[in-house]
Amino acid sequence: MNCDEASVLMHALIDGELDAGHAREVEAHIVGCPDCAARLRELQDLRKLMTPANLRYAAPASLRARIEGKLPAPAAAVTSRRSVIKGFAFGAGASALAASGLLLMVMRGDEQKRILEEVVSAHLRSLQAQHLIDVQSSDQHTVKPWFNGRLDAAPPVADLTAQGFTLLGGRLDYVDAKPVAAIVYRRRVHIINLFCAPAPGSGHRGAVMESLHGFNVRRWSENGINLWAVSDINADELTEFGEKFEVALKQ
Amino acid sequence: MMVGGADLSGGGAERFKALALPHLDDIYTLARYIMRSASDADDAVQECYLRAFRHFDTFRGGPIKPWLFAILRNVCHAAYAGNARLVFKAEEEVQAKPVWGEDGDTPEQAMLRRHDSDTMRRLIGELPAEFREVIVLREINDLSYRDIAIVIEAPIGTVMSRLARARGMLRAAWIAAEGGGVSP
Repeated sequence: MNCDEASVLMHALIDGELDAGHAREVEAHIVGCPDCAARLRELQDLRKLMTPANLRYAAPASLRARIEGKLPAPAAAVTSRRSVIKGFAFGAGASALAASGLLLMVMRGDEQKRILEEVVSAHLRSLQAQHLIDVQSSDQHTVKPWFNGRLDAAPPVADLTAQGFTLLGGRLDYVDAKPVAAIVYRRRVHIINLFCAPAPGSGHRGAVMESLHGFNVRRWSENGINLWAVSDINADELTEFGEKFEVALKQ
Repeated sequence: MMVGGADLSGGGAERFKALALPHLDDIYTLARYIMRSASDADDAVQECYLRAFRHFDTFRGGPIKPWLFAILRNVCHAAYAGNARLVFKAEEEVQAKPVWGEDGDTPEQAMLRRHDSDTMRRLIGELPAEFREVIVLREINDLSYRDIAIVIEAPIGTVMSRLARARGMLRAAWIAAEGGGVSP
């Protein structure tokens, strides 16, 4: 890392925006570079002058009242007894019918939520535990075969360097207590983990973007594989990544 | 979970109020720094909330603050575009004083702190608009780079480089104003 890179990245460092790996790199540079160390001190000093509480403004009460006055008033909270009884009668009938289906929906929702939690945890773990990569290579023909014998099916691996997503390597990880392939990409200073889990029988399923704990997750299915791309890059860029990946596999 | 609020009757309004009004001070703070005038900030914030409410059905869930900031920013830019005089208007006297004095401050320290903060507010206000907004969103509102990128509709790399430049400018301005090094 050179001083130009370090002097920009140290802003991300003091803002807590760097993952553990890059934070270490910047810190290592600063330790060995008196100029950058001085720059970092200047930044920290400047920061101390910027206590948010002293720089905020409080909205005038009159403004709050004006805004509240212009929004519609709450609906009358009075409900007639008749409509309550009607609603109850309908509710009892409907709930018996809906109970089984509804329960299923809730459970499916929970299941998806749990998997979402798991892939985000796996992503976080990979950034913190110095275990981002098992096989380090920007060559898809090195990364893909590495999974032979480690997984039932080889994961799809695409080289997207030309599209702005650098292939860093691959790693064996676990999601839902099953071994999965994690293909690791880098976008500028951000890591993207692409988790691939075999799901025999699942055909094409369109992409869904979700977000959890400040990470974006794009999930989709293709050719009997469930995929989750997890990163802290914004949703648009992660969508771009997913689309480029899908295109690359079709070529 | 219902996301957004297509229901613009009383119920939708209640939900909107519960979500959006707690951020009024934050929205107002950004408006003050962008508009550099209390009365223009008032107008912009009011327009922001009414516009946000009208388009509440387009809110896709998640934290509402970046969404509100983005609307405010559009409102402010529209105000500037429609009213060129604003660009040249001198900054009004800072009126709203925050609550000062951290625990253990002596009156002298409290005065110094107050002086520092007044200077810092003025210097932030004097930054060019695109640097001012990233500083306010990051330092005062504590938004992540990602959320700032959403608000200003720019890539995260731009957020980082603008923030770096903004801090450089602020430091230079502080040294010029205080005639010495930065020593809090």
